[in-house]
Amino acid sequence: MRATPDISAKHQRREQALMLALTLPALLVILSLVVLPVAWLAWQSIYHSGFTLEHYRRIFSEAIYWRSFALTFEISLLVTLLALVLGYPIAFAASSARRGWSIVILALVVLPFWTSVLVRAYAWLALLQRNGVINHLLEDLGLIHEPLVLVHNTFGTVVATLHILLPFMVLPLYATMQKIPRDLLQAGASLGANPALVFWKVFLPLSLPGVLAGSTLVFVLSLGFYITPELLGGGRTIMVSMLVSRNVELYDQWGAASAVGVVLLAAVGVIFFAVSRAIPLDRVLGQK
Amino acid sequence: MSASSLARIAFIAFCAIVLLYLILPILIIVPMSFSSTRFLTFPPPSLSLRWYQDYVGSAAWMQATRVTLIVALATVAIAAPLGVAAAYAISQSKLKIMRVIHMTLLLPLVVPIIITAVGIFFVYARVGLVATLSGLILANVMLGLPYVIISVVAGLQSFDATQEMVARSLGMNRIRSFFAVTLPQIKSSVIAGAIFAFISAVDETIVALFISGGQYQPLTKRMFTALRDEIDPTIAAISTLMTAVSFMLVLIASRRRKGA
Repeated sequence: MRATPDISAKHQRREQALMLALTLPALLVILSLVVLPVAWLAWQSIYHSGFTLEHYRRIFSEAIYWRSFALTFEISLLVTLLALVLGYPIAFAASSARRGWSIVILALVVLPFWTSVLVRAYAWLALLQRNGVINHLLEDLGLIHEPLVLVHNTFGTVVATLHILLPFMVLPLYATMQKIPRDLLQAGASLGANPALVFWKVFLPLSLPGVLAGSTLVFVLSLGFYITPELLGGGRTIMVSMLVSRNVELYDQWGAASAVGVVLLAAVGVIFFAVSRAIPLDRVLGQK
Repeated sequence: MSASSLARIAFIAFCAIVLLYLILPILIIVPMSFSSTRFLTFPPPSLSLRWYQDYVGSAAWMQATRVTLIVALATVAIAAPLGVAAAYAISQSKLKIMRVIHMTLLLPLVVPIIITAVGIFFVYARVGLVATLSGLILANVMLGLPYVIISVVAGLQSFDATQEMVARSLGMNRIRSFFAVTLPQIKSSVIAGAIFAFISAVDETIVALFISGGQYQPLTKRMFTALRDEIDPTIAAISTLMTAVSFMLVLIASRRRKGA
């Protein structure tokens, strides 16, 4: 490697150029299909035969727009909290159970993860609709006499969205909990603390990075969710992503759609930035 | 019964219910696809293959299936080599800018897909790629690249780069040493990444909703439109088949990963 300095320097430059060249094709794809389209979107949101902030003004002044943003944040927050409440015990069980059970639990979490989102939306429609499986079951049991309205509303949207995003909570949590040394807990117990106190004082704080990673993923993903609100929201639960698609497909309002998209992207960017100050972003993404 | 064992039973019951919630949809789809009636009753009154016959007999569904398979295969054929090249450079080079490049290449996972979809639609509308096969493939290559890169970068972490230098000092050129020494050792992560890119392409719906059309509509777009209009049990049959294929591929991928 270390022949004469100038040869080595030349060699290094060639090496660096080669490495850059290797990333070029992939980079070109991402630049032309992510960066350029998003830049175009941003441009279109402020320029239409002249600069205008009209589209942004509308987002903040017209009820249909800001209500949709508020609803999207509410639903995302709700889904994130529910995912944490349901996911934390599952991750805890998977990380502390015996190896065989741990594999079973993880398999059950990952199984739906690799099932098409559309397939699962279809299944929830079949389960929740007026003459669907759940209503039939409840009627047969004599618990209800009128079918419940479980779908084509916010309830259906939350149930299906939570179902799809729950693995994104469990997997980072599991990855974090698995690394917590169990002798720490034993040490706490041997010092006389009861299990609840050990959990509260030792295990929970150590699992917080996983909580943060999982919550970020779930919240950000549900902010931009499209398929479940569109199919299970019944046109009443208009989330931000549906504002974007409706403005493009139904009203041909590309400028308005772009402005909504830019605001959504900005929200996601701010969240990722804030979180990346606490834990490295590639760790959040790498969990997938 | 002591309080702690009661708490333990409650905890196990809670976990069991959550896990049931997670797999319930899959448990429901499979029997429904073999139902003999149009209505979504469970359990089905009697078994039949009529929805599978409907699927295979429908020219529109078959054409959509062909489009999905062509797009997914082409996506892997393009995304795998591009992703491997980029991942190799990312893990070998110590250049500062590589971190920026790495993050840029993972952007498709960060930007909400609905925004990417609309943006691509605007660009495609300008350059005439809307409703074309190549436009659809290109978009899926973009979406699949992060999976290949994440998988291969992880695989290269455990690879000792000095092995390749030894091969080169013995007279192999760079390309030959890569294919002879490096690639065989990261083969498993390449295959895993390629399978994830394939599944991602089969599954992709939102971008396809905006940019695909005419005879080049993938399966997911047709399914989405069908679901919006009415609940057609043919979709249960297609869903069951898609789930089966996806599970088989993931099983292969995870076997491969373990082997690495």
